[in-house]
Amino acid sequence: MKARVYVTLKPSILDPQGKTIAGALHSLGYDAVRDVRQGKYFELDIDAPTVDQTRSLAGEVADRLLANPVIESYRVEVGKP
Amino acid sequence: MRFAVVVFPGSNCDHDAYHALADVLGQQVDLVWHKATDLRGPDAVVLPGGFSYGDYLRCGAIARFSPIMDRVREFAAAGGPVIGICNGFQVLLEAGLLPGGMRRNRDLKFICEHVHLRVEASDTPFTRRAAVGQVLRIPIAHGEGNYYADPGTLSELAENRQIVFRYTAPDGAADERRNVNGSTQAIAGICSRERNVLGLMPHPERACEVAVGSTDGRVVFESVLAAAAVPASVAEAI
Repeated sequence: MKARVYVTLKPSILDPQGKTIAGALHSLGYDAVRDVRQGKYFELDIDAPTVDQTRSLAGEVADRLLANPVIESYRVEVGKP
Repeated sequence: MRFAVVVFPGSNCDHDAYHALADVLGQQVDLVWHKATDLRGPDAVVLPGGFSYGDYLRCGAIARFSPIMDRVREFAAAGGPVIGICNGFQVLLEAGLLPGGMRRNRDLKFICEHVHLRVEASDTPFTRRAAVGQVLRIPIAHGEGNYYADPGTLSELAENRQIVFRYTAPDGAADERRNVNGSTQAIAGICSRERNVLGLMPHPERACEVAVGSTDGRVVFESVLAAAAVPASVAEAI
């Protein structure tokens, strides 16, 4: 079963890359884009029988490896987008 | 004294550390591959700079699961001195041996230059030969050295005097413009609460000879050499 994990810096933490991208967009004239936060996206193919177990395992690997809980938060989605 | 320098795939300052310790300071040094399950009885461990596992995922995130890290953890828990330089510092943070995390440098640039560091604590195995307030001129070379810790962690670091080095002006004065990577409170290096684990972004091993522009880094290793004999508990653990 497919799980998708989105990792971003916590809202309280300055994202230098996102700020730079927002600045570039403003220089292109996209002033309507107020802010950008850059993150990471993972697609996991997980061998688990149920949606709940897939979600739980994806959360566990996100917590242990995919995200650094000191500076990042993550969100897990399971099933078809 | 016997040093173990851990070599991860992508480490590239392992030989700088080897050269400084073995050739300049005349110590016994073992390069220990990350898959090894034995540190070979060192008195101190160095996690060197570089790009372990290509910095994939996050700097130090994969290296922390290398087999040798279990031995490093045991060595540290038994009180043995462990020093993580640059990528080695990132590995120590990811491994939870030191608190906090690293962000991209504030201005997104990889910065490779000499900086000035003020010694904030001299009661560590790595700074006992230095004086508080002493300024060291040592190079940095990193893209992700923008140290972050949440307010709770910062007050713990202050309370336990775990902040060992700060980026400052050449005269040791606080100056945010000299905080080149944007680190919280200009923190360049911290130690564990027990004081035997040090992580720092600057490279003291690249500042041990006149020929490379500075000898200010020697005090870090000379402090380790001056440290009291390794406690018996450490000898047993390794």
